[in-house]
Amino acid sequence: MTGRIFAALRTLPASGRIGLALVILWLLIAALGPVIAPHSPGAFVDESVFSGMSRELWLGTDYLGRDVLSRLLWGARYTVFLALGAAMLAVVTGTSLALVAAIRGGWIDEVLSRSMDTLTSIPSKIFALVLVAAFGSSLVLLLVIMAVIYVPGNFRIARALAVNLISLDFVQVARARGEGTAYIAWREILPNMIHPLMADMGLRFVFVVLLLSGLSFLGLGVQPPLADLGSLVRENISGLSEGASAIIVPAIAIATLTVGANLLIDALKPGARS
Amino acid sequence: MARSENSRPAWLRIAPLILYRFASSLLTLFLVSAVVFTISGLLPGDAAQELLGQSATPEQIAALRHEMGLDRSAPVRYFDWLTSIVTGDPGVSYVANMPVRDIIAQRLPNTLVLAGITAVISVILALVIGIVSAINRGGKIDRVLNIVTLSLVATPEFLVATLGVLIFSVKLLWLPSISLAPDEASWTETLRSLALPVLSLTFVVVAQMARMTRAAVVDQLERPYVEMARLKGVPFRRIVLFHVMPNAIGPVVNAMALSLSYLMGGALIVETIFNYPGLASLMVNAVTSRDMPLLQSCAMIFCGVYLAMMLVADVIAILANPRLRA
Repeated sequence: MTGRIFAALRTLPASGRIGLALVILWLLIAALGPVIAPHSPGAFVDESVFSGMSRELWLGTDYLGRDVLSRLLWGARYTVFLALGAAMLAVVTGTSLALVAAIRGGWIDEVLSRSMDTLTSIPSKIFALVLVAAFGSSLVLLLVIMAVIYVPGNFRIARALAVNLISLDFVQVARARGEGTAYIAWREILPNMIHPLMADMGLRFVFVVLLLSGLSFLGLGVQPPLADLGSLVRENISGLSEGASAIIVPAIAIATLTVGANLLIDALKPGARS
Repeated sequence: MARSENSRPAWLRIAPLILYRFASSLLTLFLVSAVVFTISGLLPGDAAQELLGQSATPEQIAALRHEMGLDRSAPVRYFDWLTSIVTGDPGVSYVANMPVRDIIAQRLPNTLVLAGITAVISVILALVIGIVSAINRGGKIDRVLNIVTLSLVATPEFLVATLGVLIFSVKLLWLPSISLAPDEASWTETLRSLALPVLSLTFVVVAQMARMTRAAVVDQLERPYVEMARLKGVPFRRIVLFHVMPNAIGPVVNAMALSLSYLMGGALIVETIFNYPGLASLMVNAVTSRDMPLLQSCAMIFCGVYLAMMLVADVIAILANPRLRA
């Protein structure tokens, strides 16, 4: 297993290695951020607001004189873990529904496919605004809302993959043996579509990070006193006219995470390795 | 049998396809409206209670519920709501106390101007980037452009916008960072204030569009007829412009219509950051103030535009299919 991972790493193009490094860096920050943060995220460390980078405060201070670095290290966990959770929930739900639709066929497939098509016809940010307006935006709700938004996209891909597999001989044999839906889904079909599904989950992760930060930037995502990376951009928006690092740093931080993940997924695509 | 099929005029074969596609869009829009109304109109609890606050007496609440029609059954409320949207009079905004129609009529043209200018610029840019990388596919330029567009697709809109403000209005002092309502400013001022929002939105849209354009052109370049033209000694520039592009135009326009839908998500962020008085920032305000009639109307407009773009993309794909056209 480790041998295969190292072999895969060796064939990864430079862009993929950069992507992998960035993703690992952000996972580490999300997990360990609060431990390595020099200050508490709510502590006022400096008299001056929007101060620039210095030896004591590496990334300067925010609009209240708090340490930008510490707030970043604390905020990353909301962005990364909410997005990971939502992406996983979306893929597990979407794929389960897709397997049921593909294996059972008939009216179940018809109803599921038609409802998912309807949901994909609502632009994701617009859908998110309607859901947040109706239900609010606690952390759990945000996770569920973002999972719901990305279920239909995953359903489409997983259903297309499963439908192709079902026509193959080994599935037909299992059916002829009299195996049930759950057995066929779990033992015959799922193992054969796991790689494209993982790639799709990576993409959903990028989408969720962008959507969540966008929502928080609009003031509709993670609510104070908690702050994810998008909230950090929002709360420091008044520092934009003086070019404060407090607004630029969190924005760049989100971009390094999403761009990194995107580069990694692209490099892992079959046929991308030369 | 085959002969009689072919002797029918082309439009007779194409028209049913387009009509079918149009009907299916209408059905989807209808289903979308049911989803939007269920989420925003039925599930969130009692709007009357919320408007009056905790101190209201049960009688006051009951009276307002009756006035707002909340005491009727869900299907009745849905069809009333749908009729009001379709007839263009979706009621009164809770917060502004103005007809929703008037508020939207004020804001919609601003967003159309922003989206229109962005669309024109990004289509031209995406064509150039897409064709250049397709021609050089596998080469250095293609690989660099691939990394650039791949990164831009995943870049949050507000990073592009804040960097734009930082560079062009804080450091260089070329452009204003806040946009003005068009009727308050002169022509040149309006254009200057539009520059940064348009620039940011273009970045958001162009990357996806260029990637899809490249894919469509590469798909054509790898067809046998290109090989044939090369072997005959046709100059490459001529092959691209007169052989490949006429064939790729369908998929390319399809790709552009699909990527223009990114405009809507981008507009939410860009209009907010630049304080641009458009429909997207109006919708964000409606969410903050939980102004449901306004929110629902904005959501339906965006969903309608989105479905219309998908429809245009599909119709163009149908029209560009040579098997149907001949």
